[in-house]
Order: sequence, then structure tokens, then C-alpha cells
Amino acid sequence: MTTSMSRRDFLRASAVGGGALFAVVAFDRLAAQGQAQAVRPDTWVRIAPDGAITITVAKSEMGQGVRTSLAMLTAEEMDADWAVVRVEQADHDPKYGSQNTGGSASIRTSQRTMREAGAAIRAMLVSAAAATWGVAEAECTTEPSKVLHRPSGRTLGYGALAAKAAAVTVPAQVRLKGRREFRLVGKAQKSVITQDVIHGTAVYGFDVKLPGLLVAVVQRAPVFGAKVRQVDATAARQVPGVVDVVEVPAVAEGIGVAAGVAVIARHTWAALRGRSALKVEWDLGPAAVESSAGHRAAMRAAVETVGKEIVNRVGDPDAVLAASSKVITADYELPFIAHAAMEPMNCTAHVQGNRAEVWSPSQTPARSAQGIARALGIPVENVTLHVTLMGGGFGRRLNADYSVEAALVARKVQAPVKVVWTREDDLRHDFYRPCAHHRIAASLGADGFPEAWRHRFSTPAIAATYGPPGPDGYGTGEADGAGNMAYRIANRSCEYTLLESAVPRGWWRAVHTTHTVFAVESFLDELAAAAGKDPLAYRLAMIDEVTVPRPAAGAGDFKLSPARLRGVLQLAADKAGWGTPMARGRGRGIACTFDHLSYSAIVVEVTARGEGIHIDRIVCAADCGPVINPNGATQQLQGGVLQALSVALHERITVKGGGVEQGNFNTYQLLRLPEVPRQVEVYFAETDAPPSGLGETAVPPLAPALANAIAMATGKRLRSMPLEVKLA
Amino acid sequence: MRLIVNGTAYDIDAPPDIPLLWALRDLIGLTGTKYGCGAALCGVCTVHVDGEPIRSCVTPAAEAVGKQIRTIEGLAQGGKDHPVQQAWAEIDVPQCGYCQTGQIMTVAALLEANPDPSDEEIDEALARRYCRCATYLRIRQAVRRAAELKRGS
Repeated sequence: MTTSMSRRDFLRASAVGGGALFAVVAFDRLAAQGQAQAVRPDTWVRIAPDGAITITVAKSEMGQGVRTSLAMLTAEEMDADWAVVRVEQADHDPKYGSQNTGGSASIRTSQRTMREAGAAIRAMLVSAAAATWGVAEAECTTEPSKVLHRPSGRTLGYGALAAKAAAVTVPAQVRLKGRREFRLVGKAQKSVITQDVIHGTAVYGFDVKLPGLLVAVVQRAPVFGAKVRQVDATAARQVPGVVDVVEVPAVAEGIGVAAGVAVIARHTWAALRGRSALKVEWDLGPAAVESSAGHRAAMRAAVETVGKEIVNRVGDPDAVLAASSKVITADYELPFIAHAAMEPMNCTAHVQGNRAEVWSPSQTPARSAQGIARALGIPVENVTLHVTLMGGGFGRRLNADYSVEAALVARKVQAPVKVVWTREDDLRHDFYRPCAHHRIAASLGADGFPEAWRHRFSTPAIAATYGPPGPDGYGTGEADGAGNMAYRIANRSCEYTLLESAVPRGWWRAVHTTHTVFAVESFLDELAAAAGKDPLAYRLAMIDEVTVPRPAAGAGDFKLSPARLRGVLQLAADKAGWGTPMARGRGRGIACTFDHLSYSAIVVEVTARGEGIHIDRIVCAADCGPVINPNGATQQLQGGVLQALSVALHERITVKGGGVEQGNFNTYQLLRLPEVPRQVEVYFAETDAPPSGLGETAVPPLAPALANAIAMATGKRLRSMPLEVKLA
Repeated sequence: MRLIVNGTAYDIDAPPDIPLLWALRDLIGLTGTKYGCGAALCGVCTVHVDGEPIRSCVTPAAEAVGKQIRTIEGLAQGGKDHPVQQAWAEIDVPQCGYCQTGQIMTVAALLEANPDPSDEEIDEALARRYCRCATYLRIRQAVRRAAELKRGS
């Protein structure tokens, strides 16, 4: 694998004098935005007299490397010696601004703040040193963790300067480094959590320890929306170690706590045995009739007719299709999938009077604290929420259900309680990536390119889990990757129909594009094949500005750059040797996406072997602008590609009787090491676009690229996920 | 019951059927060993009992009485990281890190039995150790590196 780093400025438009850049410092900007209090640079950085530097990261670490990459940015600007930097996870506090960690947004939205904080600290340290020496600040510069007076060669370490620097007025403007001045950024740094991980000392939510800590497990409704009718806890209470049995009320309001019965005990095993001894009768409610077969039938019926929501329409695709003698139509089906983070959901809460202290592995500290406050009927200021390290997030931990549930359990006892979820609890009470049915119809012109493209699809919308539709309905959001696809077609429409369901849905890594891009990029290949054209050339020719702007796109953020999308396609193709001849029985497939403001393309090469398929090679190219930490960035692409392979080969959640059938990894299988291809390469395009995230963009193109490769190798087009294919 | 973990004896008051995992985590306070599935499917709970890698989530603690239990906390010896830990740090394997203690303990046992595993043997030994972040490429790389380090030491 190869990584490369942009040698250009992060913020190309604002370069002033020698590549440097000036900005009003972040803490003042936050204050001006009406934050609770003005934030000083020591919010982000503390320097001890011995020179130890602590950088606070307010985004949640779930394996995406944010504690490392964000701290690098601050350390870079303050010229900290990286070897003495410690990273601390921020508790929930509005002073940090948004702590929501999702949507591949951490680098994009925090990089400037983190850089400016570092630059301000550096300026204050320089100021303190100049005052100490009685020299002009302009004569001073910095080297890692020390200020240098150039004319005299004198130096003062940051530790020695810390107290004096703290008294210096925070600068209103700071100078950010130019690209040539970077010592850390753009160079591979190891994750700051690695040492704790390999010694078993990393503290995930599951590992929180407190004096007198109790452990609880909850028997949750077996059917979505079911209510507790009656509980017989006699036997459960007799299990040694069981302390109490309490009911947990369902919490709707977009939080999604299931009704349940909690068994609180002195340790996990006692709680589990107590739960096994519970006898709970349920009012199953209306969702008990739901099944995956029913979902599929309803979605299939929905795409037979015009969608309930027209996401957008350009030209008149219906008329062109009606007039065409040769319409190509294909259906693509995808099941619900689960997040299956290796660390199941859990949260520790201690409720005392009108105060709550919570330790939560959460991607959304504010949403969790607010949910807890509302559920307990206390002011949000009375909720202290500590964010723990998390054993995977993938969007599951954007939900506050498990944190609110823990607070509801803990309010019943005078002790801290850790509510832990078993794997079965976790797989059966997830917020699933929606199932989906896509039908795309197209007709080709004489040149082989589509004249018309009509995309109809149906899902149980994610947003419908959380509330009523906004002015754009549900379809616009659900259609991300389809309604706003990058291909120029004169007559084009996207139609959506909601599937009503009680199954909770949520954001899964890359969200909607995990299914829309499978349909679009597979179908595009089918069209290229029908036209007898090369799939890469076909795409490159059709990529243009999004002809249908995404409604409600803020500040032009979602404006696609055709050049960048073509760029990653070309890079992946070049690295994979696109166009070199392939033997009979071999196949090469390509697909691309624009996801969360980053771009990626994947080429997969396969060989048909008997009844099976061998995946020979995967090549992924991504464009996130400049790469902050090539080490972490590489991991995100590798992990994204392989997690997507897991989904493509194995993952399917099915519903029967209103509940989830799968319970553990024997029925919900994940990718295993022997299935991992020997050759997986990742590359970065070097662009000077503003930095964007990498957590998600590698996910969507994998499945269609694989399906496209299989179609070439075998002649068989796979249109349902997981792909019906045996690895050989 | 008395458990000997990383050379230290712990007397715990627990039901006889308690899995070793919960005894280690909840009663002894060694939380480096993780819960992942409770059914011997994912491998994140792997510890050594008399040198053998076992799934602590389904192994009754009572079966480990009188035996030497080693967890991730006891893998480094004399202040020096085990070669597998060294390799894991050098390659920077973890993403979220949650499954990695189980992976490391599995590989430490593998290399005792087979100091120079082939690619296929590595895949086979770790075939039932899940990593949701899919750090598999670096796991493979780090196992080979750990084998080198161990042979060299």
C-alpha cells in the first residue's frame, strides 16, 4: 500500500504572505457564537512545569483515530514535541462546541479550531519568552517544545514558560503554519491509544470501574414496540448477587429506549442468571406482524408505481422510456444490516437526587446528556457526562438509547450502575441500516449513453425513526447517492416511497450510500455492458456537475467536484492496471462514490474457481484533500473496504414476528481473516481541497465493484445483498 | 475459589458456574480481557490457561482453579513487552482496539506452538477472531513481525 501527502496548503484560498494564514482565534469565535462562556486556549492545551503537554480532544474516539489526528493539528501549530503530548478525552461540555462525532466530519469541522488553539498557545509562549529575555518577539521562533531567541541562541522550554504564558493576553489573531513548516502533519504518526490497547489498560465504556459499582442487564421487548404486561421476578431475586429488579419504561421521542425489565446485581454473571430467571409477559403490539418477507413484498410493490415522493426530476424520463423500444430495467435488493461493534452497547450511570453522573461510550455527548435530563426530569446542567473510549461506533453510538436507559435503571438504586448489553441484546436492539429495494429503468441512445434514467426505490427511512418528515420529506435524505448521483443524463428522475416499519433504523457507516451506490454503480455497469463500452470510460464520460442539486445542502458543501471524482476513478484504475487483458474466467470491476464530501473509487479483481470466486485484489483510491495522518488515513480506507466486504459477503438482519432473528455471530457472520484478500492497496489523491473525512467514503463502492467484477468473470449479475457467492 | 492470574493468587466469592471472563473482569478487576459474544464465537475474551489459549467467556472459572491463568495484563515480562505486543505497536495494528487483546493473546499462544507460521497457518489460527474495524491486513503483518522478533530474542 502507498500513502502520499499533499504538499500544498490546507486552505488554499486564504494564503497570506509566505503561505501563512491569519484567522480570528477559535475560542473567540465560539464565544461570539453565543456559547455559554468564552473559551480560552487552555481549554484545549495544558502545559505542566515539567513540559508535559496535554491536548484535549472533544470528538469521540471509536477507532477512527481522531484523538491522534486532532491532537496532531494542535501540536503542529504550537510546535509541541509530539513525544511529550498526552491526549485527554473531553467530558461533555458546550464550551467545546459540537462534540457530535459522525458524518466523517471531525477533521473537516474541527481542524481549524484545533490549529488555531495551537497557534495561539505558541504565540503566548513566544510572548512570555520575549518578555523574560527583554527582546522583541520578532526575534524569537520555536522548535519542538521550546522558544529560541535567534540572535543569541538562548532557549526556554515550554514547561518553564507555561506559568508566564498563561498570563499573556490571548491573541485576537494567529498565524497558521504554511505547508513547508509542518513537522508532524502529513507524516505518519501512530495512534495515541495503541499502547493502552496492547497492554489491556485502555478503558472502554465496558471497563469503567467505580466504588460500589453494580451491573445490570435488561430484558428488552422481544417485539419492537412491545410493552411489559406483567413481571414475575421472584426467581430472579433469589439468584445470589441480584440486588434489585426494576422496570424500564419505553422512551420514544427519537431516543428509542425499548421497554424492558432490568436485573441489577453485584456482577455481570449474577445479573445474567437473574435475567434468565425472569418471567415477563408482554403486550406485543402491532409490530408483531412484521417480517422481512412482508417488507420485501411491500417495497417491491412500491416500485411498481410512481413513488410517493418525487425526490427530483429533470427532463421527462417517463416519456422517453415509454417511447423507447429497448428499456433496460433491473432491481437491487438489500437487507437490514447491524453495526455489530465489538464492544456491545453499555453505559454507566449514577443518579443522586437531581444530579446524574454518566460514563458513556457515545458519539453524541450532548444528545445523550439532553436525553438523560429529559428522562429523569432534571436540568441538563445537572448531567455530568464522561465520554469513554469506544470499541467501535460506525454510527450506532450516535443514538442515546443505551445512555438514557442506563440512567433510568440507575435512578432506582443508590449506587452507580453499569448497564451492559449482551451480543444478543446488541444485535436485536440496534438501529439498523434500512433494507431497500431499488428499481432503475433506462434507455440508451444511439451513442450508447442513457437518454433516460428513472430510479424508484423504497426503504423504511432512517429519519422516520426519529421524527416526522421535514419539508423535503424522507426521500431526499434517503436518496443520497442516487438522487444526487454524479452522472449526467438528460432525462432523469428519482422517486421514493416510504416503507412503514417499527424496526428502528439508524446511521450505518456511510449511511444511505451503502445501498444507493450499490444500485447505481451496478446498474451503470449493466448499461455499459449493454452498450459495449468500457465501464471506466463510460463513467468518466458521464460524470459532470450534479444536475439535480441536493435540496437543503448547506453553504454549497455538497457541491460535487467532477474533477475529483474522475480523479479517484483514474487513480484506482491506473494503480490496478485497468485495461490490461484478463484471462477467461477473470473479472475486474470498478465503482466510485462521493460520500461525506470525500471521494473514492475501488477496483476489484476476481477469478472464478469452480462454483466459487476468489478475490485476487482490491485497489482503493480516495480523495479527502490533504491527509493529516497517513497512518490513520490508511487504516480508515483498509478498514472501510474490508468492513464493506463483510457486508457484501455475509451480513443480513431478518425480521420475523416483529423481532430480529439473528442473535449472535453464528447467525450474523462477520468477515474472517481467511476471507481477507492478500492484496488490498489504498492510495490517496493529492488535492488541495479543504480537508474532509475518511471514515466512510471507502465503504460504498466495494460491493458494486465486486458485483461488477463477478459479472465479468462469470457472466452472472448479482443484484441482491449479501451477494450470493462462495469464496474459493 | 482461588484463581492464580499472572502469578498472583486471588480468592473470589463467586458462584461455581461463573465464566472465567466475568471472574477476571468483575471480581478481580482485570478488564483487559473483553466480552464480545459470550458464546465462543468472536475470540475477544481469549486468555491463556496453562499456556493454552481459551475462550474465557464460556470457560467456567472453576476449571481454571489450580492452573496458571495469563491475561493481557501479564503478558509483558520484567517490564519488557512480549514480542507480539512489540509487533502490534510497531505495525500500529489497532483501530478501536477492543478485540486486540484477544488477538494478541491468541497470537502469543500460536507462536509458542509454531514459531514460524505460514500465511495459511496464521489465517487458520485467527479464523475465529473477529475484528469489526477489520484491521486484518495489519494483524497478518504483525503476526509475521512478531514471529521474527520472537525468533530473534
